[in-house]
Amino acid sequence: MENTDTILRVENIHKSFGDLEVLKGVSFDVKKGETICFIGPSGTGKSTLLRCINLLTQPDQGSVWLGGEEVTNSGKQINHFRQRIGMVFQNFFLFDHLTAVRNVEIALIKVKGMKPKEAREKALEELRQVGMEDWAEHYPAELSGGQAQRVSIARALAMDPDVILFDEPTSALDPELTREVLEVMKKLALAGMTMIVVTHEMGFACSVANRIMFMEYGEIIEQGSPQELMSDAKFERCKNFIGQFDGVNGD
Amino acid sequence: MGFLTIIIEWFPYLIQGIFATLGLVASALFLGVVLGLPMAVGQVYGKRLVRFLIAIYVWFFRGLPILVLLFLFYFGIFPGLGMDVSAFFVGATVLGLRGAAYQSQIFRGAIQSVSEGQMIAARSVGMTKLQSIRNVILPQAVRVALPGWSNEYPNILTDSSICYAIGVMELMTRTSQIVSQTYVTMPIYLVCAGIFILLNYGGMRALHMIEMKIKIPGFGTGAA
Ligand SMILES: Nc1ncnc2c1ncn2[C@@H]1O[C@H](COP(=O)(O)OP(=O)(O)O)[C@@H](O)[C@H]1O
Ligand SMILES: [Mg+2]
Repeated sequence: MENTDTILRVENIHKSFGDLEVLKGVSFDVKKGETICFIGPSGTGKSTLLRCINLLTQPDQGSVWLGGEEVTNSGKQINHFRQRIGMVFQNFFLFDHLTAVRNVEIALIKVKGMKPKEAREKALEELRQVGMEDWAEHYPAELSGGQAQRVSIARALAMDPDVILFDEPTSALDPELTREVLEVMKKLALAGMTMIVVTHEMGFACSVANRIMFMEYGEIIEQGSPQELMSDAKFERCKNFIGQFDGVNGD
Repeated sequence: MGFLTIIIEWFPYLIQGIFATLGLVASALFLGVVLGLPMAVGQVYGKRLVRFLIAIYVWFFRGLPILVLLFLFYFGIFPGLGMDVSAFFVGATVLGLRGAAYQSQIFRGAIQSVSEGQMIAARSVGMTKLQSIRNVILPQAVRVALPGWSNEYPNILTDSSICYAIGVMELMTRTSQIVSQTYVTMPIYLVCAGIFILLNYGGMRALHMIEMKIKIPGFGTGAA
């Protein structure tokens, strides 16, 4: 029987690109309000896994459930599910022809059918959440990477999603800019947002995540709480991997 | 009679040709956008059959000389359809259909230049493919395409004079009528050339102003 707190269930996801089997049966549950961090070497299938959750990539096998409804095999319904599954990308992917506030409000208007005035208010409120309200009228080309990423978080938040997927949200950023984005994400986690975060930021993972998943070769190899990661032998391979980046650094 | 009096006398007659010439150009640009843009979308995002049919269309209208197209439509296709249409209508249609073929390729290149992430992000907030194309891809592609698209204007303007061959009362037709009436050649042709140059310059200025007006940071309008 499914835990009523479970908001997202990922079951036995398989995905191959040609001969390359990228995901070899990945399963996990996410409870409402949880933050789960995925760690692992590049090319391991982390991005593919996130994209399989909102079907930006079609999995070959397995299923995804959001609040008890099946996302996979949902046909045209997928556009409704995608509203409820926010996504934040490594390279932001802000709509380049729109100002920050238009970036946030466009889906509210075009997808949710909100009135422009109402959408504008909500968009400005979301920009305020990420500290970008003063930049509302600026175009993506005028923003720093950290600012652009915060706008893209606001864009995801505006849809009032059940869960937000972050795919290495700070990997394209300089260290100073990384911090401003991580702070926004930490705030969201504390406010109860359900988040799945692919990241190499061990400090963030250890201080914010409820669970850490270590992925390698298309499988979740090790998982547990940050405490278990820091104390146990359970995360042997993960620690090995992290060791390559000079150990687990503090927050 | 001196050249000058002849030119002054016939100038009003000549100048009326401007309307026909600009009419031809406007319909070519209009059809170019109205047909060319959906064709470009079809070529990038369409199914195999759609892409194939559009490719045939483009191949046909880019492959034949304008003169052949004009005669084909004027003496063949329109009469064959039992349609009694004016020479102007045929000229505007041919330049328009041909313009659509050329302009679709400009738009196609522009659509393909929009980075893949834009579509991914649009889909991720729940837009359908069509919504993504309309709200995200095309507004960017049109801005990218504008400089190249503007360059179609002088091409079409100069091409339009070939409608002389089916007797559209545009600048060139009127010019040669005046020449055969007055036996004055060089000065009349020079006046005609001068008008074309002015139309060319004026149109390019106007298009450039539109470019500046919809310019957005991060889009290199102006760079061809
Ligand atoms: N659309 C695709 N077509 C072909 N191969 C792909 C595609 N997307 C990802 N891959 C391959 O799948 C593997 C996993 O990629 P990815 O999910 O991006 O890994 P990670 O995010 O962990 O670095 C890589 O080898 C990558 O080259
Ligand atoms: Mg990745």
